[in-house]
Amino acid sequence: MKKNFVLEELDCANCAAKMQEGIRKIEGVKDCSIAFMTKKMVLEAEEQDYERILKEVKKVIGKVDPEVEVLPA
Amino acid sequence: MKTKLSKKMKRRLYRIGLGAFLFVLALAAQKLSLIKDQNGLVIMFLIAYLVAGHDVIRKAGRNIVRGQVMDENFLMVVASLGAFLISEMSEAVGVMLFYEIGEFFQDYAVNHSRRSIAALMDIRPDQANVRRGQEILTVSPEEVNVDEIIVIKPGERIPLDAVVTNGNSYVDTMAVTGEPVPRAVCEGEPLISGCINKNGVLEARVTRAYADSTVARILDLVENAAQRKAQSEAFITRFARYYTPIVVITAVLLALIPSLITGEPSVWIYRALSFLVISCPCALVISVPLSFFGGIGGASSKGILIKGSNYLEALAGADTVVFDKTGTLTKGVFEVSKILPTKAFLSLRREEETILPKKQTGHSDDAQDEDELLCLAAYAESYSTHPIASSIIKTAKERGVFQEGNPNITVSDIRETAGKGVSCVINNMRIVCGNERFLRESGIPMEEELVEDNNDFSQGTAVYLAVDNIKAGVILIADEIKTDAEACIAGLKAEQIRSVMLTGDHQEIADAVAKKLGIDTVYAELLPGDKVDIVEKLIKEEAPERTLVFMGDGINDAPVLARADIGVAMGGVGSDAAIEAADIVLMTDEPAKLLTAARIARKTLRIVRENIIFAIGVKLLILILAAFGIANMWGAVFADVGVAMIAILNAMRAMK
Repeated sequence: MKKNFVLEELDCANCAAKMQEGIRKIEGVKDCSIAFMTKKMVLEAEEQDYERILKEVKKVIGKVDPEVEVLPA
Repeated sequence: MKTKLSKKMKRRLYRIGLGAFLFVLALAAQKLSLIKDQNGLVIMFLIAYLVAGHDVIRKAGRNIVRGQVMDENFLMVVASLGAFLISEMSEAVGVMLFYEIGEFFQDYAVNHSRRSIAALMDIRPDQANVRRGQEILTVSPEEVNVDEIIVIKPGERIPLDAVVTNGNSYVDTMAVTGEPVPRAVCEGEPLISGCINKNGVLEARVTRAYADSTVARILDLVENAAQRKAQSEAFITRFARYYTPIVVITAVLLALIPSLITGEPSVWIYRALSFLVISCPCALVISVPLSFFGGIGGASSKGILIKGSNYLEALAGADTVVFDKTGTLTKGVFEVSKILPTKAFLSLRREEETILPKKQTGHSDDAQDEDELLCLAAYAESYSTHPIASSIIKTAKERGVFQEGNPNITVSDIRETAGKGVSCVINNMRIVCGNERFLRESGIPMEEELVEDNNDFSQGTAVYLAVDNIKAGVILIADEIKTDAEACIAGLKAEQIRSVMLTGDHQEIADAVAKKLGIDTVYAELLPGDKVDIVEKLIKEEAPERTLVFMGDGINDAPVLARADIGVAMGGVGSDAAIEAADIVLMTDEPAKLLTAARIARKTLRIVRENIIFAIGVKLLILILAAFGIANMWGAVFADVGVAMIAILNAMRAMK
């Protein structure tokens, strides 16, 4: 399943790269792409595990920059 | 464009201002010896430091707790605190202040460019006026259903794809197609969402829901373009991942080893602290995606949709462009291009009354002879549905020499041979109309000379006509070459890009078009499947770093569009298949737009390279200078935030 999100308050390009790197390592994530310019994240992951994966994704994002808010696109 | 500062940014600006004020105060106290007490000075500097560096310190502390050590805030705090401890108090505060100012401007520039790029693509309609019962309601475009009637007032944006049911107006399609000339629309004509209605009130029936409308699809496509990243973008993030730890480790070594040898720890620790400041990778990482996004935004404002930075990068390296002929280089519409009577037909016309009255006002003799020929051909073909027959009939109607069911003309004894031609009797004349072979087979002598000699028939299909067994003339039907096709090929040539043309058409026709346009290689008489094979073969011949572009009109060429390194579809408005299959979509039918796209691609790539080389170059230079004690910590801050600022400003050029 592929879903789009908006990362509000994303203001550091290197953080975006770090988040993307970290999220790709989460088990069950097929692909993740964060575009710093549009503040958009596309997350592709196993459907039955999406809830758990999204929670972990938010954790990874919060670890890099806790001010970033993950909103549905 | 003036950008209003957000609350958060304003707070940051005040804090920087206050920090600067306190810093100047502390400096004055130190230089003018206003405060004799050393501890008092330390406290003054410390307050200025905490105010100026508040954000950085807070973030650093928070990130340490979360286990993010190699973070730029942390490195900055270590560097400045280190300077504080080795009694470089003013420098520590100044550097922190300078860093915060740089960060502030960097964020401001990023926000600004995000907004101005968004403004370039601002085709989103805010509202729709929909007629429901007796009322006209203003609702959001998403709430309008297919087949509802919407009212578009002058100056409003067309909210959904629709067909005009009432009214006339001019429509500005600039934002969607890049086409500066407004288009006239009247009843029955389609409206493209995202365009602006200029002068008249239009009523229109919605043909597509908002989500399927042109405007929604364009926005979706461009906004998602940033997700497909270019190689240079991947390179720079990978570089950053190794760069920071390497510089930090070097800094530690620099602080330890020479100090032990020379016994001057404060000198070497200071130099190592400068290293920590330079180790921040943000300048590198930010400028590359920003440049690509600027390029994509700039292209979209010119009616060129690029689906990802990777395609922009690939397009800059193109050395072969493969064109589909029909519909791409030519208009794909068959039209009568020449009417050539024979000399025998002329003398026949002088002697006998045929169909048309001898003198029509406003027409010369030559034109009359042509009209007569066209008229006969049109009536002969009037029962045929072949596209060539329809183009003859269309032209005859335009010239006013054909009307359906004309009582003065009887067409009888019609015999059609599929793929060859038709024979019939019009009034009292025996007409044979068809290709050359058909006339020969009908026993018509073909030697008759035409009024004009040395005509080149290779560019189209020739329809021959005989009257009472005498060859009367030829009507030439050709697919017209687009006006800007020649400029497109010439432009590619100037960039040393090879052009190839593929077509299912006959070899002679293909050769003639290729010769006229200056195309390098032609593959003619192809079946649809052959096109993919040829493109695959050409890709294999490419040097690995160069790319192949395929350009088609999106009809029947989706497999080739997908197979090519870069598939370019044109006439994107309204064509779902083209938008799906292509990597780049040209919103208008002009092949020369490809040159614009290539120019934007090369410019963007040049900016990306400049930024990478500039940012890495300056950082390395300052690292070396700092190691030898030539550059101080101020230089180090410049290498971080100053370079980022310059790279951002440079990146913004990609938009124009």
